[in-house]
Amino acid sequence: MSTSTYNSGSDADQRRANRTKKRNAAEKRFQWYGRLSIAFGIACVLYLFTDIISKGIGAFTQTYINVEIEFDREMLRLGEAPTEKEIKAASFNSFFKKTLRAKFPEAQSRREKSQLYAMFSSDMPLILRNMVIEAPSILGTKQNVSMIADDDFDTFFKHTYGRDLNAEDRISRLSDFQESILGKLVDSGAVEKRFNTIFFTNADSREPELAGIRGAIVGSILTLLVTLILSFPIAVATAIYLEEFAPKNKITDFIEVNINNLAAVPSVIFGLLGLAMFINVFGLPRSIPLVGGLVLTLMTLPTIIISSRSAIKAVPPSIREAALGMGASKVQTVMHHVLPSAMPGMLTGTIIGMAQALGETAPLLMIGMVAFIVDVPGGISDPATVLPVQIFLWSDSPERAFVEKTSAAIMVLLTFLIIMNSLAVWLRKRLERRW
Amino acid sequence: MNLSTLFLIIVAGTVVAYFLGHRRSFAVAKPVGGVRNLATLPSYYASMMGLWALVPALMVVLLWSVLDSAIIDSLVKSTMPSEAKQLDDDSFGLIYNQVENVAVGIGSIDALGREYEPAVERLRNLNALSDKAMPILTIVVLLLGAALGFKGIKATHNARYAVERAFNIFLFVCSSIAIFTTFGIVASVLFESINFFQKVPFFDFVFGTHWSPQIAIRADQAGASGSFGVIPLIAGTLLISVIALSIAVPVGLMSAIYLSEYATTRARGIIKPALEVLAGVPTVVYGFFAALTVAPAVRRVGDSLRDWGANNGIDWLANLAVSSESALAAGMVMGVMIIPFVSSISDDVINAVPQSLRDGSFGLGATQSETIKRVIFPAALPGIVGGILLAASRAIGETMIVVMAAGLAANLTINPLEAVTTVTVQIVTLLVGDQEFDSAKTLAAFALGLFLFVITLCLNVIALKVVKRYREQYD
Repeated sequence: MSTSTYNSGSDADQRRANRTKKRNAAEKRFQWYGRLSIAFGIACVLYLFTDIISKGIGAFTQTYINVEIEFDREMLRLGEAPTEKEIKAASFNSFFKKTLRAKFPEAQSRREKSQLYAMFSSDMPLILRNMVIEAPSILGTKQNVSMIADDDFDTFFKHTYGRDLNAEDRISRLSDFQESILGKLVDSGAVEKRFNTIFFTNADSREPELAGIRGAIVGSILTLLVTLILSFPIAVATAIYLEEFAPKNKITDFIEVNINNLAAVPSVIFGLLGLAMFINVFGLPRSIPLVGGLVLTLMTLPTIIISSRSAIKAVPPSIREAALGMGASKVQTVMHHVLPSAMPGMLTGTIIGMAQALGETAPLLMIGMVAFIVDVPGGISDPATVLPVQIFLWSDSPERAFVEKTSAAIMVLLTFLIIMNSLAVWLRKRLERRW
Repeated sequence: MNLSTLFLIIVAGTVVAYFLGHRRSFAVAKPVGGVRNLATLPSYYASMMGLWALVPALMVVLLWSVLDSAIIDSLVKSTMPSEAKQLDDDSFGLIYNQVENVAVGIGSIDALGREYEPAVERLRNLNALSDKAMPILTIVVLLLGAALGFKGIKATHNARYAVERAFNIFLFVCSSIAIFTTFGIVASVLFESINFFQKVPFFDFVFGTHWSPQIAIRADQAGASGSFGVIPLIAGTLLISVIALSIAVPVGLMSAIYLSEYATTRARGIIKPALEVLAGVPTVVYGFFAALTVAPAVRRVGDSLRDWGANNGIDWLANLAVSSESALAAGMVMGVMIIPFVSSISDDVINAVPQSLRDGSFGLGATQSETIKRVIFPAALPGIVGGILLAASRAIGETMIVVMAAGLAANLTINPLEAVTTVTVQIVTLLVGDQEFDSAKTLAAFALGLFLFVITLCLNVIALKVVKRYREQYD
């Protein structure tokens, strides 16, 4: 062997070593791309959740101002034993203003006075009136009343008051006069934060401090109820037909193609269908849970059908053969053996479909469930809105305090969704039999 | 009696019929020597009787509700004064509405005209008759049906055949709902679209570059005619979708590759559900996040870049203008939403590549990443392309994110920092609120709906075909 070949050999070794290094580096890089992608995804999840929670957590507390109020008969112009009608006719509005002026004599000018009134929820006179209607005996006595603070007051007290913030982060829509009053109230210990029950017991309102999600939650439940009652039996029946009974022909193929395509049709199209068919052709009213439920049924059917079919497919043929061998009819085989075995899988699919329906907004906008509704719906034919639509409506609202409410409503919606999805996972793990 | 009470009565009647049938079958069984000598089980006799009670009664309710108003209309029409009959359909409909209102007590007969009194009277009587007659007829039919079923319970008659046939028919009807839904969608968007294209020429819609859906209230109004050119909407939709896909596809694909090829089972068990959380978040939440967090952040970054560019004399940066409803923010958030969609499809597809291909590549000395890049990826490419097409159809049809975070201004631009609008945003804005169904503005929403339906349908059909062919290749 000559030196030259030896040299070239070492060259080749060198080259080989370099190439190996390069290839290993490429391998490392590639793995890092994967890790970075996953990290990006997880970071998005975390950021989304922390962002929503940090924005919304404040809405679960509400500021109250404890004020001692004398229910003076003369100021209210009410006699010894007033009837309910008389109480309703009494001017609680002016009574409330007078009481406030007496409590806070520093309000001198007209402007200061109106700023003083604006620190309390505009519903306070009404609440005082209801107190008197409930217990007329408080007339003529002094009572400690927890007054609901107005949303600007509430936001300022929760986020800005007593914190050393630079001008940019200061959230304040209060005037200097209002801030001075607030300072006095806090010093006297009259201001307190409590768990916000209003948010869970009220329906929508124009006033952020009085707006709640009860109406939307009831609307969502009613809508989902309609969806569940319609979609579960229909989807299970379809899945059974396609898996067990359908002859192999063009009609069956056509049904399958339709189901697969419907699963990928954008949801807003289902809204157009609902608007044109249910509302224009059948003349059903707008904004009701019944129509919402019908639209969501059509939208979730493909999801439930597809998962129910795979649940039926997972039941081994031996079960069917055994039943048929024992003399059961085809229908008996399916109803007594295949269906019970496939039920957990079908239920899982249904819950996932329901979770999808619960979060859906766009088709419900089309059928008019965006109306501003202050009453809690009592049935499936009352005007209603649903939780996601409520979120959409609030997010559009210019009032700053609604940002907090929106995030809180999102937290409630996500909680429901997490519960439903965990239930589905649990059901799959717990009940599904492995063959 | 309202409809829900009637339904309750029907259900109750059916249940009673079922139990009567059950008892009857035992009674029938006695003379022949017990239940085992019946042709079939008592529950089938009972079901048969229940069906006999239920189905005809339901048919009566359904037919009555469908035909009721048409029959009453034609009967009332005959009592209308002769000048009303000569009116064209629209004006007649108006008069008829007034007659209906007066009949239920809204408005007075004097405003309508005395000559309509017989029509109002007739309508009132017919409505009262219909309200009474329907429940009575339904209950009679229910009883008759139950009686017929009761008579059918004989020891020699095998009720199971009938019940199973009914069950089969029920299953088939349920399955065909999918077909009816598709037809319903096509019919509802198609008819309104045809109406639309009678008002706005088809080619103005498809090739128009200006979108401003205003409708003149008066004929001589300035800027009277709206323009319905769909090109800016398509451009906006595509711009946002492309931004979304350029985030979702690399991230989703790489996560899927890492999870299926590198990650340990344990890591996979934790990471996969964590990523799938993104798929379960409702779109309205993404919309809120995009509008309130991402869009302002994009704007802030843009503004500080502009300031930096101005200070350092970089002209193109100094002229940077970021809209507060930029396409970039909406597209980015939409991309995040689609990540789990892309990754789960890619995961399926990658797992379907046979192990032998990997083993062959390793055997030749390839590293894992080389195997993935040169063997698995090409093998899985058709499936991945199918998945990307599905993701694209998702992005095009996505509504809430763009409604909340993208603007309404129909700019024809490819600058992601400007505000654009999309097909779905316009559908929602045109249809939310009150509408009249003869204005081009409302009908335009249906034309857009038709367009959206056709595009997504094509994408889905192609994608499903590609994925299916790919699956068959390795099965």
